[in-house]
Amino acid sequence: MKRYIKYARPYVRYFILGPICMILEVLGEIALPYLMSVIINRGVANHDIRTIVLLGCGMIGIACIMAGGGIGGAYFASHASISFGADLRLDLFQKVQKFSFQNIDTFSTGSLVTRLTNDITQVQNIIMMIMRTCLRAPGMLIGALVMAFAMNAGLAVIILTVIPLLALAIFALMRVAFPRFEVMQKKIDRLNSGIQETLVNIRVIKSFVRGDYEEEKFKNLNEDLCQSSIYAVKIAICSMPVMMLAMNITTIAVVWFGGNMIIAGDMPVGDLTAFTTYIVQILMSLMMLAMVFLNSSRALASIKRINEVLDTSIDLTDERAAYPDKLVTKGQIEFQNVSFRYYKDTKEWVLQGINLTILPGQTVGIIGPTGCGKTSLVSLIPRLYDTDEGAVLVDGIDVREYSLRHLRDGVGMVLQKNVLFSGDIMENLRWGDPEASDEEVYAAAASAQADAFVRSFPLQYGTELGQGGSNVSGGQKQRLCIARALLKKPKILILDDSTSAVDTATEAKIREAFQTTLKQTTKIIIAQRIASVMEADQIFVMEAGKIVGCGKHEELMRTCREYREIYDSQMNQEVTA
Amino acid sequence: MPGPMNGPRGAGRQGGKPKDVKGTIIRLFQYLEKDKPLLAVVFLCVILNTGASLAGSYMLRPIINTFIAPTDGNGDVRGLAFALVLMAVVYLVGVAASYAQARIMIQVSQKALMSLRNDLFCKMQRMPVRFFDTNSNGDLMSRYTNDVDAIGEMLNNTMVQLFAGVIQIIGTVALMIYTNIWLTLITVVLTPLMIRAGGFVASRSRKYYHAQQEAIGKLNGYVEETVSGQKVVKVFNHEDAAIEDFKELNYDLRDKQIHAQFFGGIMGPVMGNLSQVNYSLTAAIGGIFCVLRGFDVGGLTIFVNYSRQFSRPINEISMQVNTIFSALAGAERVFAIMDLETEPDYAVKEPNDPKMLISKWDHVRGEVVLSHVTFGYQPEKVILKDISLYAKKGQKIAFVGSTGAGKTTITNLINRFYEIQEGTITIDGTDIRNIQKDELRKNIALVLQDTHLFTGTVMENIRYGRLDATDEEVVQAAKTADADYFIRRLSHGYDTVLEGDGSNLSQGQRQLLNIARAALSKAPILILDEATSSVDTRTELQIQKGMDALMKDRTTFVIAHRLSTVRNADAIMVLEHGEIIERGTHEQLLAQKGRYYQLYTGLTELD
Repeated sequence: MKRYIKYARPYVRYFILGPICMILEVLGEIALPYLMSVIINRGVANHDIRTIVLLGCGMIGIACIMAGGGIGGAYFASHASISFGADLRLDLFQKVQKFSFQNIDTFSTGSLVTRLTNDITQVQNIIMMIMRTCLRAPGMLIGALVMAFAMNAGLAVIILTVIPLLALAIFALMRVAFPRFEVMQKKIDRLNSGIQETLVNIRVIKSFVRGDYEEEKFKNLNEDLCQSSIYAVKIAICSMPVMMLAMNITTIAVVWFGGNMIIAGDMPVGDLTAFTTYIVQILMSLMMLAMVFLNSSRALASIKRINEVLDTSIDLTDERAAYPDKLVTKGQIEFQNVSFRYYKDTKEWVLQGINLTILPGQTVGIIGPTGCGKTSLVSLIPRLYDTDEGAVLVDGIDVREYSLRHLRDGVGMVLQKNVLFSGDIMENLRWGDPEASDEEVYAAAASAQADAFVRSFPLQYGTELGQGGSNVSGGQKQRLCIARALLKKPKILILDDSTSAVDTATEAKIREAFQTTLKQTTKIIIAQRIASVMEADQIFVMEAGKIVGCGKHEELMRTCREYREIYDSQMNQEVTA
Repeated sequence: MPGPMNGPRGAGRQGGKPKDVKGTIIRLFQYLEKDKPLLAVVFLCVILNTGASLAGSYMLRPIINTFIAPTDGNGDVRGLAFALVLMAVVYLVGVAASYAQARIMIQVSQKALMSLRNDLFCKMQRMPVRFFDTNSNGDLMSRYTNDVDAIGEMLNNTMVQLFAGVIQIIGTVALMIYTNIWLTLITVVLTPLMIRAGGFVASRSRKYYHAQQEAIGKLNGYVEETVSGQKVVKVFNHEDAAIEDFKELNYDLRDKQIHAQFFGGIMGPVMGNLSQVNYSLTAAIGGIFCVLRGFDVGGLTIFVNYSRQFSRPINEISMQVNTIFSALAGAERVFAIMDLETEPDYAVKEPNDPKMLISKWDHVRGEVVLSHVTFGYQPEKVILKDISLYAKKGQKIAFVGSTGAGKTTITNLINRFYEIQEGTITIDGTDIRNIQKDELRKNIALVLQDTHLFTGTVMENIRYGRLDATDEEVVQAAKTADADYFIRRLSHGYDTVLEGDGSNLSQGQRQLLNIARAALSKAPILILDEATSSVDTRTELQIQKGMDALMKDRTTFVIAHRLSTVRNADAIMVLEHGEIIERGTHEQLLAQKGRYYQLYTGLTELD
């Protein structure tokens, strides 16, 4: 909770002025019934029309002030809550930007998006609600009670006894209802993920003719949801009748005791009128409070989810950076006894006891079956993850001692699961270097064998890419991703299976271009195809998190059984269309 | 709290005005049809409840006038007690009715929502594949979530509140007129003013609400894209730029939201305080009436209470209008799907001879013939041109070509995911348009590149291929696909629960499960659409034996990126721009020294 004060601070005046406006409204609301009773007790009883007109005008004036207070309250409440939420959202987004890969892996994209949008909205709504009711409801409650006591303490006691009883009843109802609502929410989630699943798998469902089976599954989930909704809501709806009951009992008791007092001559008639109004006001404000509590449970869940993000400790920081100003200059890489796993609690290592050295300007191939740890290995170089044991050195310095920015500026990586963003091709390529001239972009695209096809588009580099680059083919997308990484002019370039959709002829041309334009750059290529790495200065063969072979192609063919097996599996046909 | 107070729920979903209000309402009410008697009870309860509260408050007048402060000066305690007992009875009836009404309504509305969701789901299951290809999943999902929710909101609260509001207004006005017709005039004069003011605020709030929804949509889109590509953002040190972009969208949203929420928020104060003005005026003029025309104090007491209460139902009804509109818009979107044409069992327009149609199709040999097939997803854009081929029982036919050449399209046509425009496809000599679609598909096993699985155990996922398969058969199928080894290494073996997405299986492992699923099926025709694209070549070699066993005696269509996968096919079709440009066995094609040869030797790229 403490952290949220920070977000409120810039809007302190709104947070103060809002409730003040609300107090104006409350004061008016309490004054009106009182003035009404004076009209009856003095004006009507004494046949004093002047008093009645005067008081009437006063009441209208008060009503107008109340309207002003209400509008002002809405103004300040909306400013305060929305601005607060916007700042919180910005911070949340900034936090996500600071996330390490490990952090990103623990949240699904969908859940992060929900947190940034719906959850923030929930928080904004509850703040607005609290601002508009937090003083109003208790204020009205207290004000009405004070007035009631001032008028007639004996009668007021009746109201005072009903309030705690009612509060208890409402509390009990909520206690029962909350867990049921939680169950209901889970059922909703299950139903939704069930639907989602049938949507993505529709071809499978249709081809195995499982429509009826899926319908049966859905009907069960649906029935389940329906039952648990009824089970939860039927408790919640009791609050209204309970409220009414309390109001009615109080009214009857007040009329009975009040009536007796009036008959006995201890109380003027007008007070009874005011009293009945106060009863309504008090119970209404209780109802409002209950509403706030009810809604705040939803907001609390949202706050919890927001906190999860804000509380996530970033496990990759610059803290240990001994040389924060150091840049990557040569591109030499060394792994010293590196072991790594994604989660501390898993037993199996993803990488174990890796030792290797790559010299500046070398071309290195990494090959091995899926899941053997190739991607994990190269991820350690730009420090996307930290090693668990051992160290990764770039230019002889532990990667943890660079600042992340400088390290990653020096290491260009084309990810296996790569994405382009909406915007035109030029904008996307400039991700690599926002200051790059058009010529530099063309040159990078040409090296990645992307220039020709981009120029074949009617709008050339101005062609808009749909979300995720949906309007270029897989091979074209990969080439654009490579061009984007080239523009960074990195000292180390890592291609993680990034030419899998590019045909061999084009791939060969890309490799050729690398030899001339990226002579100084250390190039690491992860590939499925032997042909992609055959000419490398060094090839690492991996298997189950270990390096089982290392050397040039010919060497490995002689010495490494695994390499030969891969080679045999591709034989002469390492060609794809 | 419905109406403009409500915060934004989703991106630009709400606010659509329904087009055919009457038709939609009638249709929606059909879901309540069978509960008509219960609904009648609900309405009776509403009348009782509203009546009781009106009567209860009216009873104060005779109580004050006759028992507490009669003009002759002497109160009547006994009479007061009797009157209060009567009042208690009236109130009790009201409370009971209020509970009954809410309780029954929950039952009715939840059941209606359930059958609405069921109908929607069953309808979707019967839609053709084209429907799913042309509508985004997010959009379809929102019909189940946002739209059905909006309808639920209306069924749960709005209907009853509308009805109660109308009764309350009528009852209040009637009692006001009965109590004092002249004082009623004040309210009658002020009401149009209140409605005017409310309308002004509501129209403003709608306008800004719309702008807010648009801004939310933009922000959501940006967040979604950036967060999905978060790893790329990091690799390019692009975080600061992303934050700058986000800031702009965020502040734009903030400004619009403040306006929307402000106008939404003043609705209550404006309406509420206008009714306070009404209350004050009534109090003053009513007081004068008492003095000058002998209007009774009890009458004045209840009258001022009525004039306060009067704005409440009006307020509530005006708040409900938004809910109703968004519910009706939601209902329209739901019904729009229900009105779409489902996938036909047979693709023949007018079955000239019903005997030609096959509704039960067994003992299929699997001889597939395509003759002069032409097809485009849009009629004007032809994807496949004049494709002819003949696959004998048990043959393996491979398709090779670049992305977009039409390889996948061919497989979409054989199992009638899409209907061809020209030419014919026959299996065992029967035009597939004459075969009931489920019967046709039961005989074709499909393995897709796409690695989505169902939430459930590994066992259940494989068994999807044939629901009556025994555990042993499932394990056998897994062994065929070379998946048994890794499955046994999972924490619970075959009983490991997989999540639809993001589980700990690699893409390659998921593909192996898909293959196992197909292996379980006994369909005589098999389509492998990039089925091993994520499996590395060595593993592919390992499962080669299993794949051979899988394909044995089945007519198989293989689409593969890797030429090694298709080498031993009986015939290879090279596709370019939707046409078969070369065909033959691997050796024949190499000898031809044509396109395939060039591809194979890496000399060219198909486009």
